[in-house]
Amino acid sequence: MANVDSTISIPPAKYSIAHLHHQPRRHYGRWLAASLIILALALIVKAFAQGQIAWPVVAQFFTAPAILSGLWNTILMTICAMALGLFLGVVFAIMIMSPNPVLKYVAVFYIWFFRGTPLLLQLLLWFNLALIFPTLGIPGLFEMRTVDFMTPFMATLLGLGINQGAYTAEVVRGGILSVDNGQIEAAKVIGMTRLTMLRRIILPQAMRVIIPPVGNEVISMVKLTSVASVIGYAEILRNAQSVYYANNRVMELLIVSAIWYLVVVTILSIGQHLLEKHYAKSQGRRDVKRVTPTEAEGV
Amino acid sequence: MSSMVVAVDLNKFFGDFQALDKVSLEIEHGEVLCIIGPSGSGKSTLLRCINQLERIDSGAIWIDDELIGFRQEGDKLYQLNDTEIARQRLSSGMVFQRFNLFAHMTVLENIIEGPVIVQRRTKSAVIPEAMALLEKVGLTDKKNAYPSELSGGQQQRIAIARALAMKPKLMLFDEPTSALDPELVSDVLNVMRDLATSGMTMVVVTHELGFAREVANRVVFMDRGKIIESGTPQEILSNPKEKRTQDFIAAVLA
Repeated sequence: MANVDSTISIPPAKYSIAHLHHQPRRHYGRWLAASLIILALALIVKAFAQGQIAWPVVAQFFTAPAILSGLWNTILMTICAMALGLFLGVVFAIMIMSPNPVLKYVAVFYIWFFRGTPLLLQLLLWFNLALIFPTLGIPGLFEMRTVDFMTPFMATLLGLGINQGAYTAEVVRGGILSVDNGQIEAAKVIGMTRLTMLRRIILPQAMRVIIPPVGNEVISMVKLTSVASVIGYAEILRNAQSVYYANNRVMELLIVSAIWYLVVVTILSIGQHLLEKHYAKSQGRRDVKRVTPTEAEGV
Repeated sequence: MSSMVVAVDLNKFFGDFQALDKVSLEIEHGEVLCIIGPSGSGKSTLLRCINQLERIDSGAIWIDDELIGFRQEGDKLYQLNDTEIARQRLSSGMVFQRFNLFAHMTVLENIIEGPVIVQRRTKSAVIPEAMALLEKVGLTDKKNAYPSELSGGQQQRIAIARALAMKPKLMLFDEPTSALDPELVSDVLNVMRDLATSGMTMVVVTHELGFAREVANRVVFMDRGKIIESGTPQEILSNPKEKRTQDFIAAVLA
């Protein structure tokens, strides 16, 4: 113990500063940056307040029937395209991991093509499909005119859904690869076939990895649907444009659309947060009590 | 009476490495067989070939007189499909070194998964059986816990219960205590000892020579893909004839 003191070679008089008060460092840079940004924000707010925006018009059109029906179509398309995207994503993820080279390379090609071309271009391709295939169907069974089938809704659904599938396939593949091989062997030895194993063991465990990026993609999809305004699908931006072509309140209606997008995205973000919490729980973290099957209560 | 397992001239390669070299083995009904040997000797591979987690490159295996993994037609053996292999796996239960409980299911859900989903039995029939198995392994109070909330020893006992819930004809143990903290080993060995007493046919790959001496009817020593020596625990563990067996046992006991 004594030799601890002997290692301190400073003269005892110098120790007296050890009880002095500590002053935190001053962050002049931070103060300067914050001041500049607040000043800039104030200027922007002032500009909007004095700008020629008719806020009453924003309020008036916020719940106008055209806007609300556009909002509904945006939500409907998000759900349908995302469902198609998830379905295709799972199918192509399984194909790309298949030992069958034909399945594998078809999936590789699909992902390569739809990730490699712009979404807007894909929408235009689907919408104009009638130019190269005037009729669709299976010869002898049924047939229909392409223009009747390829409505703006169908073209948007196929464009967004198939494009989304290419991205989701990669996410699902990552999720499946994250499942421990021991889980797969355990499923095999209790006699599960490949399909049962996928449904009961692999996909539920892959979900924990798949959910966060898919949540982000749902949010992206809400905004991506606005691209469909180009081919005349009546989503919120398209309807806002129709209104402002009539009344010239361009900025007011764009602001109305922006607010609605923010509302939907905010709600989805909260939902995503709750979903992630749920899947983290069922992965068996502590302090989790899960309701057992009711049949168990009798035991 | 025929044997539970008959394996004839098994060869298994991993690339250039020969994991099994003309291995033949017979296991009687109700026999407890312990396989010992250095790592890389092929003992786990032999076990994994018996329940088709690995495919043998040549040779043939019968479980309870049924040819495993193949169908004979004329002078050729044709590989069975996924569904048929899945059905054949039901005859053996397997316990892994790393437990491999389904991480997203509770203890009870783990145990009833196979009987309900694979064997298509009703939950109301399976749950009482599952509870009886939990009682046997001494973990009834953990039925709603997730695997990550359990110790290794508890997880391994649940894994044994899960395998038994399928009512297999024989049980395969692949180093069941190697991943456990030393103080948890005896809980698992006790469960296995009870199982052996109940007459279950068991094949145990293990480093627990004490357990082998006490519980096994027969001990097999493997090295470099070959069965070097086989006999009663007394013969193999106390008076091994082969030099390699003597060296291995001396090294383990040292």
